[in-house]
Amino acid sequence: MNTTCIICDADVSFPKDVEESEVITCSDCKSRLVVEKIDRKKVILAKAPDVEEDWGE
Amino acid sequence: MKTLAILHSTVRAEEKMLLKAGQGRGLVVKLIDIREQIFNPDTFIVDFDIALERSVSTVKGTYAVRFLEAMNIPVVNSSPISSICEDKFITSLILRRAHVQTPQFALVFGIDQAKEAVEQLGGFPVVVKPNGGSWGRLLAKINDMDSLEAIIEHKDVLGSPQQKAIYMQAYVDKPGRDIRAFVINGKAICAIYRASEHWITNTARGAEATNCPITKEMATLSKKASDAIGGGILAMDIFETDEGLMVNEVNHTMEFKNSEKPTGVSISGAIIDYCMEVLKHA
Repeated sequence: MNTTCIICDADVSFPKDVEESEVITCSDCKSRLVVEKIDRKKVILAKAPDVEEDWGE
Repeated sequence: MKTLAILHSTVRAEEKMLLKAGQGRGLVVKLIDIREQIFNPDTFIVDFDIALERSVSTVKGTYAVRFLEAMNIPVVNSSPISSICEDKFITSLILRRAHVQTPQFALVFGIDQAKEAVEQLGGFPVVVKPNGGSWGRLLAKINDMDSLEAIIEHKDVLGSPQQKAIYMQAYVDKPGRDIRAFVINGKAICAIYRASEHWITNTARGAEATNCPITKEMATLSKKASDAIGGGILAMDIFETDEGLMVNEVNHTMEFKNSEKPTGVSISGAIIDYCMEVLKHA
């Protein structure tokens, strides 16, 4: 599965087991992107949310 | 067939590992993004048997757990466990009360009290941490009075209300590493050394993970700490000191993607097995 980076338009590819809400990094511009929707094999990306104060483990 | 819901926000490698482990054990696994839910008890449809809380946001995760428990759904970890682990001061209090060896600590709200606390903790250096922080963020090793005054003033002026509750800990000199033990219902299933030249040894900050064999002392300490907190799925950060092992922090929604390979233990599998055990007794 492939789509383009919403920041730099580079091709972005995904593993077969990609899930919605997964964060990926564009290999070209290094932007952090989140998989917003997987719809009939089409992957829609958005800019990943910034790390918040209460994030962690 | 039973259904396990993984409550998540951002899906990390760990959530995908848990998904596979659950499916491999014959469970139906449902991913629930808690950011998209409406937690209204009159309209929320419960179509799963047990939930595993894996939210990257502590606040959102805690509300989701409280809600589902009120809907009579068993949740791992339960809210009594997460309410202890999500706050470092509360964790330290619980450990101390149970006579689990842990670094000396204090909580203050102002600079005068902070200065006195430094004396009580044995002098500089001390470590100041956010009570609810993670991934080694905003940790400050304070070596002298100038730094103490600067850090406290910054927290006072720029910090959120939570940052103004100042958790202080005696600095523990580590041998260039600490230990992270993965403890499930009191049993340490595996552990890693986290080695770094920096005094902060979180793998999120670049520390290297290698296998750490479970010793008898570690197993006993982990059991004691786990019992004090209420069991569940825990990751304990342990210091090696001249006086023996010491529990520094306890995490309740741990990350483990860098730990399965060096330890050879399926942590994701063990977490799912524990969920199935909880379900059996629910």
